[in-house]
Amino acid sequence: MTTSPIDRVARATPAAAARRIRGLSDRTIAWIFVAPSIFLLLAVNIFPLIWTIRLSFTDFRVNRPNNDMEWVGLRNYQRILTDDDVWQTMQATAHFLIWTILLQVLIGFFLAFLINKKFRGNDLWTTIIVFPMMLSPAVVGNFWTFLYQPQIGLFNYVVAFFTGADPAGFSMIGDVHLAPWAIVIADTWMWTPFVMLICLAGLRSIPDSIYEAAECDRASKLRQFFTITMPMVLPFLMLAVLFRGIENFKMFDLVVQLTGGGPGNTTTLTSIDLKREAFEKWRTGYSSAYAVILFVTVFGLASIYVKALNKVKDR
Amino acid sequence: MNRILLAGVAGGALMAAATMPAAADGHATDLTLCWAAWDPANALIELSKDFEAASGHTMNFEFVPWPNFADRMLNELNSGGQLCDLMIGDSQWIGGGAENGHYVKLNDFFDANGITMDDFIPATVTGYAEWPKGTPNYYALPAFGDVVGWTYRKDWFERPELQAEFQSTYGRPLDVPATLEELRDIATFFQGRDIDGTTVYGAAIYTERGSEGITMGVTNALYNYGFLYEDPDQPYVLDGFVNSAGAVAGLEFYKSLYDAGTPPGSSNWYMGENIDAYKSGQVALQMNFAFIWPGVEADPNVGGGKSGYFPNPAGPAGQFAQLGGQGISVVSYSDKQDAALEYIQWFAQPEIQAKWWELGGYSALKAVVEDPGFATSQPYAQTFLDSMAIVKDFWAEPAYADLLIAMQDRMHAYVIAGEGTAQEALDKLVEDWTEVFEDEGKL
Amino acid sequence: MSFSVTEPSPKTKWFAGVMVVGYAIVTLLPLIWIIATGFKSPADAISYPPKVIFEPTLEGYVNLFTERTRATPEMLEAAGPPETWYQEIVRGQDMVISGPSRYGARFLNSVIIGFGSTALCMILGTAAAYAFSRFRVPLKDDLLFFILSTRMMPPIAVAIPIFLMFRQIGLNDTHLGMILLYTAVNLSLSVWLLKGFIDEIPIEYEEAALIDGYTRFQAFYKVVLPQAATGIASTAIFCLIFAWNEYAFAVLLTSGTAQTAPPFIPTIIGVGGKDWPAVAAGATIFLVPVMIFTILLRKHLLRGITFGAVRK
Repeated sequence: MTTSPIDRVARATPAAAARRIRGLSDRTIAWIFVAPSIFLLLAVNIFPLIWTIRLSFTDFRVNRPNNDMEWVGLRNYQRILTDDDVWQTMQATAHFLIWTILLQVLIGFFLAFLINKKFRGNDLWTTIIVFPMMLSPAVVGNFWTFLYQPQIGLFNYVVAFFTGADPAGFSMIGDVHLAPWAIVIADTWMWTPFVMLICLAGLRSIPDSIYEAAECDRASKLRQFFTITMPMVLPFLMLAVLFRGIENFKMFDLVVQLTGGGPGNTTTLTSIDLKREAFEKWRTGYSSAYAVILFVTVFGLASIYVKALNKVKDR
Repeated sequence: MNRILLAGVAGGALMAAATMPAAADGHATDLTLCWAAWDPANALIELSKDFEAASGHTMNFEFVPWPNFADRMLNELNSGGQLCDLMIGDSQWIGGGAENGHYVKLNDFFDANGITMDDFIPATVTGYAEWPKGTPNYYALPAFGDVVGWTYRKDWFERPELQAEFQSTYGRPLDVPATLEELRDIATFFQGRDIDGTTVYGAAIYTERGSEGITMGVTNALYNYGFLYEDPDQPYVLDGFVNSAGAVAGLEFYKSLYDAGTPPGSSNWYMGENIDAYKSGQVALQMNFAFIWPGVEADPNVGGGKSGYFPNPAGPAGQFAQLGGQGISVVSYSDKQDAALEYIQWFAQPEIQAKWWELGGYSALKAVVEDPGFATSQPYAQTFLDSMAIVKDFWAEPAYADLLIAMQDRMHAYVIAGEGTAQEALDKLVEDWTEVFEDEGKL
Repeated sequence: MSFSVTEPSPKTKWFAGVMVVGYAIVTLLPLIWIIATGFKSPADAISYPPKVIFEPTLEGYVNLFTERTRATPEMLEAAGPPETWYQEIVRGQDMVISGPSRYGARFLNSVIIGFGSTALCMILGTAAAYAFSRFRVPLKDDLLFFILSTRMMPPIAVAIPIFLMFRQIGLNDTHLGMILLYTAVNLSLSVWLLKGFIDEIPIEYEEAALIDGYTRFQAFYKVVLPQAATGIASTAIFCLIFAWNEYAFAVLLTSGTAQTAPPFIPTIIGVGGKDWPAVAAGATIFLVPVMIFTILLRKHLLRGITFGAVRK
């Protein structure tokens, strides 16, 4: 610690007096330090949330300023939960969620496992692999539409190069069966590094001594993998799944730029559907109810999951 | 004609300057005009330099690309924003603009300044300016006439070997199609064909999902096979009109065209993608709004006589084409309405309208399009006139966005994703639309 | 170490290295393609089949930064010969430059909003994190969870009331509105990360300072802040990257004045069709800062992306 003129002045002043004059009690400081953050969060997060809940019981529409707002009770909720199209978007979201997480966990773990072999230059390559996840998802989604163009895009040519298929013979974002995979591929490209990093942290947290002990017991490498590596990495993997799960449940930017929800409604994820209701049809009351349902779903799923995660951690 | 008019324009602009009220009191204002970002917008910047010189006001422009145009601008209007003083808003916004008080009513202003809607092409007045439709209440001045038409590769059509082959296959010469069925034959004929070493395809048509693309495309088939928006005698009665047998046939036709004659991957295409495909030589035909034609004519690859133009061909129930285009309105939230009105006054002058056409803007003023030299002034001028005579527009209700989203949804699901049948798609559309009108209290 | 049983054999290392480098190359292909497209001519960018070898041009970058008007031959003649290299490129397309494009302004907005919200977030976040780390704050765990949970909400869902609120108080499409919003969104991450960093600073340092006669506040900014500098810097970069890349709020809440680059870049269009080289050029310029940050952040990457749950 260096000393500055202020330090010397501070030292010259008797401690107790200084505290009385310029110091505030810890309790006051604590509040001064925390209050602005809480205030901002209340204003920008909680107040709007309460407003949303209130609006969800009305038929308010932003684009009809001249209409009176009416209370409609639970009608909005009932309409949403009985709407087949909404359930279809939930299905699309589930497909997206399950496959992106599965692929990212498999590839991410395998990559981390390889990088943990500590070959020369592994740090450099790790940094390079991480680039995609730092980019703007909207810009990435936009550019993937270009990569997926059948006649002019890179993706079809790469696939054609490896499989011998006709690059103009299939359209990743135009075909009903391929489009759900087109968004899975783009998201996996972008976010596999994320899972990889967390797995790598898990792998590196395992002390060498455990393996050494296992080696003394003549446990096979395969056995070591299943009895040491996997259980020790599992909490990390679950954490990665939690973060990816929350993020992809919210998914909007990448997919809206990539497919716009099409063809038909095959890739209309819940967030995209909500955006249409709220900001294109301007059905504010209805979409508020929609938003509340999504909140509850995310929180519900996340808290159940966190409980499971804690159990695994405690084991 | 252009040169003579151009000479007149300079004189006209000078005279306009003398009569401008704001120039007289020297009160200069910064005006912002909002429109879509496309070729005509650039032409408008060029045109507006006259106004700046004449009035002393400064013009700023906010141009938003088509896929985001409606989203952004309706957001702006709905939030009472003051970004735009002048709005060249899409034709379907007129109902919402009028009923929700976004646009200033222009009747008194027109009367005071001797502007009459009788001077404009009737279809554009109905389409861009009136609300409710068919009544003399004006919320905009027709600014840019536009309509869906077709562009074709004249140079390919003229190849003797292709003509011979087409003649032997279809028993008629390879020429501009008279009906939609003939158009599909031509698209099928070119689909997958090898021309100068590259594989080309039939037609680029509108299939876009996110904004209004597929609706603006599919209606060109629906209208001509007998689709009606509502019972002509009973407003908002849809069943049997939206989903009539003719409408079903029209929708099936559009799907068959998509399946048989469009480039692979053209599942989410609108104006821009169609232009790209056409200019890069991928397709023989392109469906697009007329605004692209000056650009096609000037293109080094496909311009200069290599391309021809024709209006949307007829179907069993008649010949119609989807209306595009916009009127210019004064935004009621603007605190510079006087200067904005001045702009409209300046813009409505025949000399300015003539120069507008000269620069690539489709004037809706009769004096311009009925000029004897107009039809031959550009290769596409006659096609534009023919097309403007057969236009129909989508709903312009305040709830147009809801109606459009439902249509986008149902049409894309059937035509592109192949879900269900055409009958089911239109039946569901009737349900969706009925629900919207019920919510609106119109049913 | 050569006797260690846990050290992989050279063969294993070689195999792992080849696999990882292979993956890295495949994963970089789309990025390289974006950068390369920025230097293609519009015709080469949409050429069919795609061109790997092409003649580089700056047309995309010129188109990115300029607005152009198609000119008639008379206008071209009247305008005289091109004066600069970029005018020459534009003339080649039979057009004249009519002014600068909006890209510069959008990029500047990204800078203002990104750095503004990051700075505010650091001030608020460091203070809150310090309090949570050092004092007994009532309902501490609940508050911390509350702060974290705000990040779980889908942005679209939150955007509805925020849109209404901003409209009411005139914050719609303003820099201040976006700065406050991004600060609120980033605050959770910052508090969690910074609390972790501050927890690691031995409390004895402050106690010594307090005994020396420092006030609590002095101890905070003279002892704790310098120690936490690295942590604050890396947290700041994470906040900046989020604000930099954010799309959903930006597309819904901004238009003419405060719009940032991510909603703008996908909408760059050329004459008629989409101007892919200009889009690619815009994307490339926008990606460069993030790539630099990534390299700077290497060491703290994990902590940042996992809300401090994983420390390495």
